[in-house]
Order: sequence, then C-alpha cells, then structure tokens
Amino acid sequence: MTDYQEYLDFLYSALAFQNKKQLVLSEDTALVADIGLSSLEVMEFIEKIEDHFDISIPLNILPDVNTIGDLAKKVRELNL
Amino acid sequence: MLFDKFQTMADFQAELAERHVKPFGAVTEKILSATEGVVEGRKVILAGTNNYLGLSYDPRCIKAAQDAAAQWGTGTTGSRLANGSFSEHQALESEIAQFYGVDHAIVFSTGYAATMGMCSTLAGPGDTILLDADSHASIYAGVKLSGADIIRFKHNNPEDLAKRLRRLGDGAGQALIIAEGIYSMMGDVAPLQEIAAVKREYGGYLFLDEAHSMGALGETGRGAAQAAGVEADVDFFAGTFSKSLGAIGGFCVSRHPELEAIRFCINAYIFTASSAPSIIASTRAALRIIREEPQLRQRLWDNAHRLYDGLKGLGLPVGPTASPVVAVEMEDRPATIACWQALMEAGVYVNLVVPPASPSTNFLLRNSVSAAHSSAQIDTIIDAYGSLVAGGLFTPTSKAH
Repeated sequence: MTDYQEYLDFLYSALAFQNKKQLVLSEDTALVADIGLSSLEVMEFIEKIEDHFDISIPLNILPDVNTIGDLAKKVRELNL
Repeated sequence: MLFDKFQTMADFQAELAERHVKPFGAVTEKILSATEGVVEGRKVILAGTNNYLGLSYDPRCIKAAQDAAAQWGTGTTGSRLANGSFSEHQALESEIAQFYGVDHAIVFSTGYAATMGMCSTLAGPGDTILLDADSHASIYAGVKLSGADIIRFKHNNPEDLAKRLRRLGDGAGQALIIAEGIYSMMGDVAPLQEIAAVKREYGGYLFLDEAHSMGALGETGRGAAQAAGVEADVDFFAGTFSKSLGAIGGFCVSRHPELEAIRFCINAYIFTASSAPSIIASTRAALRIIREEPQLRQRLWDNAHRLYDGLKGLGLPVGPTASPVVAVEMEDRPATIACWQALMEAGVYVNLVVPPASPSTNFLLRNSVSAAHSSAQIDTIIDAYGSLVAGGLFTPTSKAH
C-alpha cells in the first residue's frame, strides 16, 4: 500500500505542466478554483493518474473532489 | 445567486443577438420539401436536419399519420403502463423487433428517453458502466442517474476499453459497455469489430446506440453493427425514430427476454405519455419503406460522398472518412459564427455546434446529408462553402488542427 504522502507527491509532479500560475501546491490547493484547470484538463490529469496507478477512476467521485488532498485520498481508496 | 451559473450563456446569447445571428432555435417558417424550407425568412436548403432518408415528408408516411389521427385521435393522454398502450404501439414493437431479428422491443416517446431510460436502468448501484467518452448527452444523463460506477474509455479506442475491462478483474463480465454506431457530431463510426472482440475476451454486456446509423448502415439498414457483422455481440440496440424514420420516438431491442421485466422499471417509459398514434403509424410506414427500398441508402451514401469529397476538395478540415454527417471543425468561435451566418445568407442551413456539444474545444459547422437531396443541392452547399473560402472567411487560424 502506498502512503498518502506518496500519492500527494505524484499528484504534485503530474500537475507541474498544468500549473501555469506556478502556485506552490499543497493538499489544500483546489484543482479548478486555484489552479484553474478546465474540464478537459481535469480529464487529462485524471487519465495520467489512472495510467500511473493502473486503475480506473469513476466519474462519480469527481463531484466530491475539490483539492489535491481530496483526490489523493480517493485514489488511495481506489488503489487499496 | 441561483442564476449566476447561467450568466456565461446569457452573455453568449446577447453576443449573438447583437450580431443579428440566430443559430440556436432558428425558426422554420415553412417546410417546402424534405430538403428545403423557409428559415428565419430565407428559403434555404436543409443540410442539418438528420433527415437521412428524407422520410419526414414521404406521402405514404404522411397518409399513415393522417389516417391514424382520424382513427385513434391526436394523443393517448397516458403512459404505456396505464391507458397509453394502443395496438399501434404493440404492432410497432413487434415490427421493430422483427426488423432486428430479435424477440423483444420497447418503444419510447423520444430517442432521448430511450437511451437515457435504458442507461439509467440497466446498471445500478454496485455495477460498473464503461462508456465511450464522446457518448451522447442522453447517455451521460442516464448513467449519472443509474448509481453505477461510471468509467469513460477513450473515444473509439478498443485498446483503452480493454485496459479498463482488465482493471475490473472478475467484475468485467458484469460490466455494461456503451458505444454508438455513427457518432452524431463528427459522423465517425465506432470500430465495432474490435469493440466486439474486446467484449468477447473480457465479457460484459454491450449497449449500442444506433440513432444515427439505423437506416444509414448495414445490408438491411439495421445499422453499424450489421455493417460490421457483429450483431450477435450486441446485447441491446437503441435507436430513434426522429432521424432515418422521419418522426419522433425511440426504441430498445434485445434478444434477452429480461427486457420485458426491465420495461416495468424504466421511469422514462413509465412516467410519460406514450407517443401519439399518428407518430407510431408514420414510423411503421417509414420502417416498411426502409425494408423495401434499399436504394434510399445508396442515394444517401452517394450524396454523403459527394458532399464530403467536395468540402475536402476545398481544403476544409473534415473527418477522416465520408459519412452522412460531415462536420467542418474550426477553432475560432467568431469565425465559425460568421461562417454559419454566411451559409444562411447563401441559402444553406447547417448546424452550428459549440462546446460542450462538440466533442472537443473546437466549434463545428455540422452538415447532415439526406437521400432526398438532389446532386444540384449538394453542389449548391459545396459552392456556398467555396464562397466562404474565396471570401477569406476560412483562415488558417480558424481551421482546427
């Protein structure tokens, strides 16, 4: 089982390209409100995570995901 | 504020009004034939109506509708489960099942209700749905209501579907896979032989929406699965009466006898009035015509090739292959709107498609071809696009890459 911090670290690195405002990312950084990801960019980001962990992330979980921390927790649950 | 979320749309509509352009909800004041009408005061060729076989204006279909209205009245005023199952509805269900060579069929009041209703009901909490990323809005609406886990696979990508089925492990055999025959916006056809092969390897149930391919593809017009020779791999076929059949309504057919129990669980079937008898009668007449006149399909494809080749010849960014839907893809919104308006002024009505209705961030001038178009009409459409190119309305930056 991968540690929560490892999920966070992967998400930070996966977001590097899309972090156009060069924000200092933390688990409280909001994907849309802070980083400004478009819906298409969110889907590309999700796909990157899916391929890295070899999982599928159901669309249903996305309404509950606002921050990088929310997503790290969901991905950890799915990868258990 | 409750209304804040609508501000972007209100601004867009205001922008269109300021430019005196009305691409959404343009009013048709008169229908002159299956391919000509008066829209917003202009006589235009109808090149965005999905009337693939031109049957909306076929005298046999019109007569059938008139006779049925006289015999049965204008509406059923009730649900199929209450007073709204007339013998006409039952007859159409038998005929559509027979057309597909299966035993079970449900007729819905709209195509949207058919796909939304089936997708919201077939899978439920604890189940998994795998759907093509470019699926129609009615499919997305349905799966969202289902309560199942919703997983998208890349559009027309059987490898991605296989990867996601593999990730489900033992659950793959119970998954519901959703694809379409011809995709409505770009006109591309699903690689159904490959999708069927993936399904055979991993298991699952395949639901195929043939809304834009029924009547257009396949030896007897059953659609993309028939054309690909994989009908035995499809568990549920859905479709609409509002395109090739020229009326309104939808259907789902299946070889699975369970469809008869499913019928009583679909809210979009139970809690809405059934189709007016006139609609059912014209649909039955149109289905007979599809069976008896395969030359209509040939004419449709001749016209599709003529338009596709013509637009491609102008250097316009169209899809990879000819299809009854020919979409010209552009990146720039003002340029696309200007082109749409110029086409109207040239006497050609097409669909303007903006995201999220288009499958990417691009804008579309979406043309749909009919068997009823004459060669001269197709050439007029091509000439209208040619004038846009000559007039510099299509610039390298306005074209999508």
